[in-house]
Amino acid sequence: MLEIIDLTVEVEGKEIIRDFNLYIERGEVHVLFGPNGCGKTTLLMTILGISAYKVKKGSITFNGVDITDFPTNERVKLGMGMSFQHPPEIRGVKLGDMVNIALGRKEEKIDESVIALAKRLNISVDFLNRDVNLGFSGGEVKRSEILQLLAQAPGFLMFDEPDSGVDVENIGLIGDLMNELLGRNEILSKRERSGLIITHSGVIMNYINPDRAHVMLNGRIACSGIPEEVARHIMKEGFERCVKLCGVLNEQGDN
Amino acid sequence: MNKEIIERAQRAKAKKALLGEDVDIEYYTTETKEHDVLASLDDISEDYVQDLLDAGIEPSEKDRSGSFLQRDRSVVFSRAKYPGLELMSTTDAIKKYDWLKEYLWKAIPVDMDKYTAEVELAQSHGYFIRSEAGSKVTMPVQSCLFITSDKIRQNVHNIIIAEENSELHIITGCSVSHTVNSALHLGVSEFYVKKGAKITFTMVHNWGGGIEVRPRSAVVIEDDGVYISNYILMTPVKSLQMFPTMYCAGKNARATTQSIVYATRNAMIDMGSRAVLRGEGSKAEIISRVIATDNAKIIARGDVFGEAAYAKGHIECRGLMLSDTATIDSIPELKATRRDLELSHEAAVGKIAEEEIQYLMARGLSEDEATSVIIRGFLNVDITGLPDALAKETKKMFDMSLEKVM
Repeated sequence: MLEIIDLTVEVEGKEIIRDFNLYIERGEVHVLFGPNGCGKTTLLMTILGISAYKVKKGSITFNGVDITDFPTNERVKLGMGMSFQHPPEIRGVKLGDMVNIALGRKEEKIDESVIALAKRLNISVDFLNRDVNLGFSGGEVKRSEILQLLAQAPGFLMFDEPDSGVDVENIGLIGDLMNELLGRNEILSKRERSGLIITHSGVIMNYINPDRAHVMLNGRIACSGIPEEVARHIMKEGFERCVKLCGVLNEQGDN
Repeated sequence: MNKEIIERAQRAKAKKALLGEDVDIEYYTTETKEHDVLASLDDISEDYVQDLLDAGIEPSEKDRSGSFLQRDRSVVFSRAKYPGLELMSTTDAIKKYDWLKEYLWKAIPVDMDKYTAEVELAQSHGYFIRSEAGSKVTMPVQSCLFITSDKIRQNVHNIIIAEENSELHIITGCSVSHTVNSALHLGVSEFYVKKGAKITFTMVHNWGGGIEVRPRSAVVIEDDGVYISNYILMTPVKSLQMFPTMYCAGKNARATTQSIVYATRNAMIDMGSRAVLRGEGSKAEIISRVIATDNAKIIARGDVFGEAAYAKGHIECRGLMLSDTATIDSIPELKATRRDLELSHEAAVGKIAEEEIQYLMARGLSEDEATSVIIRGFLNVDITGLPDALAKETKKMFDMSLEKVM
């Protein structure tokens, strides 16, 4: 579904990602760990085609189409969607408007279909009428992002730290909806959707069972493996140590 | 006519206005043919229907409590359909009511500048709207000042009175026929909001690239009175300068103005509102959203003068720049003359944030669509205090005006 080959990315003239490779199969969900500043968000923004993230080298192929130079909305049309970590505030544009846009509708009314979707995230009509992200709490931002993705229903979903700042009450709800969005409730052979999840804390792993995990360091994937194991190593030993352990394991495997 | 007023006007004939570039009044003529009175508002010539609709005027008079139409220097239609509502030309009102002299030039000095003087000396009607004490005229009155002849000056004097505990909602459209290349509109408007009364005034300006406009307005608000103004300007204009003053004279008097301006081409716009808080506990809010594109120049003003105990005033101005050859100049002023009051302002001018465009694109919009959604959102001020039907109507006018510029 998504193939990244030899990708180098610059932001404001600074190289953040270099010689990066990643392959995500249809129906697979990958999780990306890594310390602050290692390039995780940059990777997601680049996959989505946000213009401040400049591809210097390499290619991104999505469903067989080379999208390296596509504008964001063209990628979205092909079936990509993202839950932003820090989405911008837009004055005068309501969350309900955003849901309508994500549904691909021109009409401006916040009608029953919007309200029904919002209900699933415990989002009230009053909240739908607020300017998007303006004064939202951390947890509200996450729910608002998931709501928009629910409306968009993309085939490939990216989540940038869906678990940060979310209270205990809502994390389960978000986990459940992420599973639904990612089609994880289907049996293995019927899974059509794929995803890439960034998590700093790994909390979301209590709700989602990804197929593969990667640790990113200095703009590259430093090691990959079975999610539970990678997570365990990181929690116990930290990122650097995990990567070293990975290296040892991989070498043993090679032998 | 009051001799003293005329004399003062005479003396002010050459008095330049404090703000705005000087307009050569004499360039425009007062000599124009009189237009025939219409039996019904929708008898207006087909050619002009769109011009009226663009200014928010409903020729069918549907959902209106009364209608007034002045074409050039002639009043061609005036009718009130609602009990408790009076509507006629100011000229007729002056003849009918001797007491009207208590209101003429009482909120605005006749010798304020050469434009007020000109309106006094060469007045061409204007409207008189009054709600009787206690009557709530919830359906809006519509009035339209329409220019259809080239190079004319339209000098109107409007008087609006909401008597005690009454309610009055006005939609006013100033429009110019698409066939007119140049004209001057001078409009004096004096509003009187009596004790416990309420006036909402929604004004759409639909001028053209060759029109010069100098309105002079003032509002006097008594105890517990409420005045709300919504102003929309989205079509081209050559030059416009106005700085209406709201005197919150009574206890708990409240005034709110919301202005939405989208300036294009070579427009020179100097506009804003001033509130003078003289009544104990009086309150004013001045909100504006201005967009400048092409070579347009906007000066967005807001003044609040706090002179009474527990007065509260706030100015909020946001500007959006869509061109490097346009200018926005935001000038807020707060003046307090005692301790026990609260005045504040916030202003921000900038361009559309790339991040916002990208976010909308991530939900499937093209760059152009995203830009349009952001501009629409920027101008979208939630208007409070209007009856539901009027709020919807105002939204419709806003959407229609926006459609034309986007």
